[in-house]
Amino acid sequence: MNWDLKSDRPIYFQLIEQIELRIISGIYPLGSRLPSVRDMATEAAVNPNTMQRALAELENQGLLYSQRTSGRFVTEDEEVIKTMKYSLAQNIIKEFMEKMRSLGYDFRQTITLLEQIEEEKK
Amino acid sequence: MEPILQCKNLTKVFPGKVALSGVNLEVNRGRIVGLLGPNGSGKSTLIKMCNGLLTPTNGELLVDGNAPGIETKRIVSYLPERTYLNDWMTVRNLVDFFDDFYTDFDKAKAYDMFQRLDIKSDARLKTMSKGTKEKVQLILVMSRNASLYLLDEPIGGVDPAARDYILNTIISNYSENATVMISTHLISDVERILDDIIFINQGSIALVSSVEEIREKNNKSVDELFREVFRC
Repeated sequence: MNWDLKSDRPIYFQLIEQIELRIISGIYPLGSRLPSVRDMATEAAVNPNTMQRALAELENQGLLYSQRTSGRFVTEDEEVIKTMKYSLAQNIIKEFMEKMRSLGYDFRQTITLLEQIEEEKK
Repeated sequence: MEPILQCKNLTKVFPGKVALSGVNLEVNRGRIVGLLGPNGSGKSTLIKMCNGLLTPTNGELLVDGNAPGIETKRIVSYLPERTYLNDWMTVRNLVDFFDDFYTDFDKAKAYDMFQRLDIKSDARLKTMSKGTKEKVQLILVMSRNASLYLLDEPIGGVDPAARDYILNTIISNYSENATVMISTHLISDVERILDDIIFINQGSIALVSSVEEIREKNNKSVDELFREVFRC
């Protein structure tokens, strides 16, 4: 999974989103230790201070926790992950529905279309 | 803590040209700062004054609280626009030269980086491609444990892969409380690694801002904002 960052939105915000995705997809497993800030910054080719800010924000949200001497870890609490997954899904759906509406599909028509496309795939 | 770099009403006049006029500026510690401006805007003049290579016509410039001199040269690591190294020297010669000159030079770190790039220690500077030469100079400069790194156009004239390498070297090697100031006009290439930017135009400061603030406030990349501010 590559870091995909765009320059016209705050980088720390995009880092938060992508770290969340990495946690959900198991690249950073529950309870595992994260690489150092500097290594993560180098990998993403961003400023270490920006990476630090993103990680601090994720810590505030309870997704990560620090142990003073041994580094930063992903939470072991599955509930927290579930909540995050749900809110990410909500955002994706909201965005999708907005785009469908701008194409002229209402909610019902969108559902029908979704089913149709799923059917065609089979 | 005291800013690493302070300019107070700093002015530099060359015969027939005002290169910098009344610049007031503070640069904090632990930041990566982009000094961005069109050609001839005064970027190199400012950097050369930080090094004591040029003296101010008027005003004051302080590095770590001191006027440029022996004390400040100890803590400033400078990558000039054009090389000053003798091209008959080998990598080993250059490392010894730096090690002899600067007490904060980390020999092991330099050799480690050369090795990772597969640059042999008996290779002479004059046999190297332009990109390799630039990498060698950057490695030498970044292998010092300085408080202020001044990099004048570190990525001009190298291919995109070498650019990535150079930027990575900068991120992974500056020490935590050190400040790196990068002058360039290749903004889209560097903006992801910057904390702050200084826009400079015709010898005056046009804008000082944190990079994330620009993105948050304007929904624009630094590159886009630059093109707007400096539209010809």
